[in-house]
Amino acid sequence: MIPVTWYLALSIILFSIGMYGFLTRRNVIIMFLCIELMLNAANLNFVAFSHYLTDLHGQVMTFFIIAVAAAEAAIGLGIVLALFRNRRTVYSDEINQLRG
Amino acid sequence: MLSKFIFLYCALVIVITGILAVRFRNPVHSVLAVLVLFFHMAGLYLLLNAEFLAAIQIIVYAGAILVLYLFVLFLVNIRQEIKTERFVANHNISKFISFLVFLILIAVTQSFRLGTPGKWTTDAIRQATHTKALGIEIFTSYILPFEIIALILLVAVVGGILLAKQDKQEVVMAQKEGSGSLTRGGKK
Amino acid sequence: MNTFSPFTLSSLSFLGPELVLLSVGILLIVVDLFFENRLLLPWLTAAGTLVSLVLLFNSPSGIVFGYMYVVDAYSVFFKMVCLVGVLFTVLLSERYLTTEKLRHGEYYSLLVFSTVGMMAMVSGGDLIVVYLGLELMALSVYCLVGLLKQDSRSNEASLKYFLMGAFSTGLLLYGISLIYGLTGTTDLSMLSQRVVSLDLINNHAFLVGLGLVLVAFCFKVAAAPFHMWAPDVYEGAPSSITAFMAVAPKAAAFAVLGRVLIMGFADVHIHWGPIIAFLAVLTMAIGNIAAIAQKSLKRMLAYSSIAHAGYALLGILAGNNEGLSATMNYLFIYAFMNMGAFAILILLCDNKRRGEQLDDYRGLAKTNPLVAALMLVFLFSLVGLPPTAGFIGKFYLLVAAIHAGYIVTVVAAMIFSVISAYYYLRVVRYMYFENAVQETAAVSISPGMTAALVLAMIGMIGMATFPGPILSFAGKSLIGF
Repeated sequence: MIPVTWYLALSIILFSIGMYGFLTRRNVIIMFLCIELMLNAANLNFVAFSHYLTDLHGQVMTFFIIAVAAAEAAIGLGIVLALFRNRRTVYSDEINQLRG
Repeated sequence: MLSKFIFLYCALVIVITGILAVRFRNPVHSVLAVLVLFFHMAGLYLLLNAEFLAAIQIIVYAGAILVLYLFVLFLVNIRQEIKTERFVANHNISKFISFLVFLILIAVTQSFRLGTPGKWTTDAIRQATHTKALGIEIFTSYILPFEIIALILLVAVVGGILLAKQDKQEVVMAQKEGSGSLTRGGKK
Repeated sequence: MNTFSPFTLSSLSFLGPELVLLSVGILLIVVDLFFENRLLLPWLTAAGTLVSLVLLFNSPSGIVFGYMYVVDAYSVFFKMVCLVGVLFTVLLSERYLTTEKLRHGEYYSLLVFSTVGMMAMVSGGDLIVVYLGLELMALSVYCLVGLLKQDSRSNEASLKYFLMGAFSTGLLLYGISLIYGLTGTTDLSMLSQRVVSLDLINNHAFLVGLGLVLVAFCFKVAAAPFHMWAPDVYEGAPSSITAFMAVAPKAAAFAVLGRVLIMGFADVHIHWGPIIAFLAVLTMAIGNIAAIAQKSLKRMLAYSSIAHAGYALLGILAGNNEGLSATMNYLFIYAFMNMGAFAILILLCDNKRRGEQLDDYRGLAKTNPLVAALMLVFLFSLVGLPPTAGFIGKFYLLVAAIHAGYIVTVVAAMIFSVISAYYYLRVVRYMYFENAVQETAAVSISPGMTAALVLAMIGMIGMATFPGPILSFAGKSLIGF
């Protein structure tokens, strides 16, 4: 039997990696991925604890978190697309002005 | 013994791909690293007797969410990365913060002990099969959260379309500059 | 096998207000699709909100869906604050959306869905429901913030808000996962029992988990040092949504803080009390001092809303019913005064100017004496000058904090209150003692705007002259705790 602290330690490492990436990177897509890593760390905790507690609540929570993560990704990427469209037009306006 | 070996293998891959995902310059490489990570995460779920969640992890996380990321990456020009300013201005401070959080969390694992156990023992789950056991929980005690999830997905659909859709004026603008952007792409 | 189902049709009667709002939200999408007349939508939303408000006071109270959903007087009070906030926002948006050329149908339905999320948060008896309500609220608001798609400020605001929100969700979930592992439950009432029975009050892992949850909610209420997203987001968002964000989501987050900290973990008060005291002082300091340097009224109000979150924390800090009822009372009053100030800001926004810069207010008393007078009342109330409603709210907060023994914090709060007078009164000086820089166009008043201003004034005057009913309502709603 694997001790529960092993899972806890792994999830802590994953959580810290995600947090480190979120705080240091500037690329928005990579920041999104870092948030996914943090959510996965929490998920791992939930599933592991739920297994060792012989209780299903944690796994239900993981199920919900995955569903929310999907919704979150859809909206986050929608925001990125809107921003990208806007920046592109701004960028091309500058070009046009230069050609003037 | 075997399970420990599998755990260590999965944990090693998860940590390595996690670090790689954070360090890669190219976001596509990061997404692929995270993909590998999610598969090994599913392996850990299997180890924890959560087959249904392992399947969900692969189908939803790896199959849907990450593919969505890849689509967006191909839609936006990768060279022209979308960046934002850091929330903590200084690089060293953010390193320090995340390291501090890591140390604190590792330190408190000492005092971690499991709480009051529930009624779903491994045998009970195996008898009912994991999917059925999870289904019973979701559709009885967790019916209200399940309904809220439905609403969240509705908001995601409405909001996602609303934000990503091109407005009529934008389409006209994009058509006007269409030829210009092509030549710009060619020059690069 | 346990096949007990906590769900019966009768449990739906407890969800009356939520269900009404939900149907209105879906109806709005359909109406927007099939009817050309967009002017109908705000009034439909306002009517739905009012029906929901009426139902709120007429639906039974109890605990339904197992222990998942708690309908008690406490949740009714906060739902009332949120609904009042939405009602104001809808009235303010009526003309603003046409000025900014925003799409209507989705705007109102997202607004309504986010309110349903807040109501779920406020009533959540289980951390899962709280989390899902929070997400429902947050996801809708992310979209609303980014609705001005042509404006890059709005885009960036929504991206920033999304990133911060998702990050804080990650912290929240990790905290919840630790708490779940230590106790084996996410049910709030059972949590407080297990904390005692498993002797977790001094357990470090438990405290770290609780700390992560606390940090996540500090992000949500924009308490310093987790406030850095707020000014940019509040400035970039459409003005009506800024007004909404400063009132309703914040009230919902405070409701959860109150329920989790005072209901769930009251025994741990010795640990979180000093932390909250420090955060409250820091929040008031940063909010009030940074507001002085602002040239834009919208950004100034953003900092002022950070500062007000600091004042509202004073009541949570007290850790008892007196403090919590003072916070509730204050949030209710703040809804009226903040909405009033934003109503004026939106009123002055037309095709030529945005009404956001302080310069737009120079000489306003000469061109529009009535508008200036209304703004004067709202600003005095935000300062907390004695005859106004803002004073009453602040007074009870300070008294509660003094009774709990946080004298130093109260002194700091009073000093920062005095500092805040400087920047609020600067607007008054601009309005009354300076001449207009540019020609100001006549202000066009729409029915929705009139209704919002009248409602805000009635609320302010009512609360200043008869504060009794609201205070006793807030006090009574805590008796069952």
